[in-house]
Amino acid sequence: MATTALTPAATTYRTGLYEWLTTTDHKKIGILYLVNSFIFFGLGGLLALGVRAELAVPGLQFVDEQLYNQLFTMHASFMLFLFVIPILAGFANYVVPLQIGAPDMAFPRINALSFWMLPLAGIIMATGFLTGGGAAAAGWTSYSPLSQDAYSGTGMDLWIVAVVLIGTSSILGAINFLVTIFKMRAPGMTMFRLPILVWTALVTSVLVVLATPVLASALIMLFIDRNYGGHFFDPASGGNAVLWQNVFWFYSHPAVYIMILIGMGIVSEILPVFSRKPLFGYKAFVFATAGIGALGFSVWAHHMFTTGAVYLPFFSFMTFLIAIPTGVKMFNWIATLYRGQLTLSTPLLFALGFLSMFLLGGINGAFSAVVPVDFAIHDTYWVVAHIHYVLFGGSVFAVFAGVYYWFPKMTGRMLNETLGKIQFVVMFIGLNLTFFPQHQLGLSGMPRRIADYSSTAGWNDANLWSTIGSLLIAVSILPFFWNVFISLRGGSIAGDDPWEGNTLEWATSSPPPPYNFDRLPDIHSERPLFDARHRREAVPALTVGPDASGHAEISAALGRPHDSPDSGSLAKGMDRSHGQ
Amino acid sequence: MTTSERAMTVSRGTGADHGAAAGHGTGISNPILGMLLFITSEVMFFAGLFAAYFNVRAAAPAWPPADLADKLHILPLVGPATVLLVLSSFTCQIGVWAIRRNDRRGLVRAIGVTFVLGVTFLAMQAIDYALLYEDGLRLDSGPFGTTYYTLTGFHGAHVLGGVLMLGVVLYRGMAGQFSSRHHDMVEATSMYWHFVDVVWILLFSLLYLLPGTGGGH
Repeated sequence: MATTALTPAATTYRTGLYEWLTTTDHKKIGILYLVNSFIFFGLGGLLALGVRAELAVPGLQFVDEQLYNQLFTMHASFMLFLFVIPILAGFANYVVPLQIGAPDMAFPRINALSFWMLPLAGIIMATGFLTGGGAAAAGWTSYSPLSQDAYSGTGMDLWIVAVVLIGTSSILGAINFLVTIFKMRAPGMTMFRLPILVWTALVTSVLVVLATPVLASALIMLFIDRNYGGHFFDPASGGNAVLWQNVFWFYSHPAVYIMILIGMGIVSEILPVFSRKPLFGYKAFVFATAGIGALGFSVWAHHMFTTGAVYLPFFSFMTFLIAIPTGVKMFNWIATLYRGQLTLSTPLLFALGFLSMFLLGGINGAFSAVVPVDFAIHDTYWVVAHIHYVLFGGSVFAVFAGVYYWFPKMTGRMLNETLGKIQFVVMFIGLNLTFFPQHQLGLSGMPRRIADYSSTAGWNDANLWSTIGSLLIAVSILPFFWNVFISLRGGSIAGDDPWEGNTLEWATSSPPPPYNFDRLPDIHSERPLFDARHRREAVPALTVGPDASGHAEISAALGRPHDSPDSGSLAKGMDRSHGQ
Repeated sequence: MTTSERAMTVSRGTGADHGAAAGHGTGISNPILGMLLFITSEVMFFAGLFAAYFNVRAAAPAWPPADLADKLHILPLVGPATVLLVLSSFTCQIGVWAIRRNDRRGLVRAIGVTFVLGVTFLAMQAIDYALLYEDGLRLDSGPFGTTYYTLTGFHGAHVLGGVLMLGVVLYRGMAGQFSSRHHDMVEATSMYWHFVDVVWILLFSLLYLLPGTGGGH
């Protein structure tokens, strides 16, 4: 089973819960990120069910308008700030140090700090429901004057504090990733041998470092306006309401790439493994990722076409331009699959779901880039459909692809394939049933963020279908949780490398030891494990490279033998693990 | 003497651990790269505030507003405070140069002076605030007051952060924990302090030197 022949882990003086609460191990912190994010995914999902229940038929059945506003605001806030962004950071936290052959992140304690701000922020944000005025209700965009103290209560202040905390956590995390990726790569791991996931984490981190502080400044200005009589966003006394939109979207447009790039990285790790081919066009992919990051800063005002305060031709042009690097990626993914030897395991299914749904989300997004069309569909359900095809069909499918792909590495056990496929099929149908009719709703003029609509508006059928779809999505989560539960207890043993992966995380045990690697294979390409598995001539591992002695020192310090067998035996070991 | 010897041993010990963990320690060190990236994010934070300032200022009919136009000129302490802060950047750098030569006394002396200058700047800013407040320029007195206090206030908060970091450097310097080979924190703190200084020079130019618009002047 264990082909890397580990001696038992170093004895730890912290056990159980205390260890998890105080850990600075990037793998445990990564898992904490995932668990915390899934909790808020569940809560945000329940809020969404509340929204859909209210909209199923015309009339106000369950909630009043005020509570409805809180529901969709907190749904979006949980999903964006406490689920999508952190869970992708969580994957990166777990995988990036392993994939670059590092023992941990560059700043392990700051890493723990970044994580622990998140549950704190989540609790602060959710506390809004307990205050007199209720939780934040101005939409996740918190446009002024809706978010000013005249129209919203303490929940809004708690929301601001929480988002500032989450932003701080993101910035510290991003700095940590950048230093880790720039400084902690194993010998031989040059920048153009980095796995694509690491590249996407790098570009995401650059976006976070440059964009998130601007959101923090916007939130602080809003806080001053609300609590200390400031005049940043109040036109009546010389402020500017559109200023909020500019500063907010200057962050929040790059943020949509923060919410998808690592997802693209996950898919780019999975497609080559399950089609038994290298990724098509590695460098094109890297430059496309960097291009999305750079162009991401020049398109924020396409959220503000109808304000009349932005230069439409420029932002429309840039928005079309940013579709090009995304198209390059789509081409590369499809070319990777083309004539590959596909293994239709659950990770690949979710990755294929990502490809198809993200494509739809890209296409319906391109409509909104056309200024006259956007004037017609702005703030309608078309936009809701678009964001959910991109974020649910895109990011969430990528998240589940990643969970099914790396769960064996994280726990040492496989997830159940049958339950996984059931989850995929139900979720795929539910997603399309929920969000496809919303295109039609948007085109026929249904505005977003309304609690009620006229029964004669012609929106009844689509809304009912949409609500049924949302229930299907909720149902599809149940086999997933059941799957995790039973697999943790009795899933089949994964071994080091159940998928015949390409990247370094599969070169160590499952789960990896706290220090990650006893020894590393030679790194001559972006697929070091593929090289090790299929090497024709036996090249002794770890006898070349400036760092060979360093690893020997670590092994010696940890009291285990460090004389590395040649890579031929490593490859044989790999084969043996697959023979089981 | 024994204290500093022990401190040296400790620092060498952690340094060795660090080297093994980091693998190949070439080029810029992890903490300094981290600080540079952190400063980058701080630049973007202030960029957001400055953007808001220009936006509000451009929309105002007169800047500063007629009733507040003379208020900013009465500050007796802003000029000296600016000189002190710029000076402190130099003393901070002298400290860095000292520890690069392994001159611990020089480090402690220079950082001590920097620390005092930083605290003095904060005290002068507090007095300025009190004077302005008495004169009726408040956080809620129109966009002028809001932007003035927000920008200078957040700068002041960063000065305070820098002073705290300088305090830690001073304490550790006095305990003999830095040497010419092991002083990342001194370098990082000095970078942060220079950044705080540069922001103030921009702010000072913006708030006190840039001519007003409209009827204010």
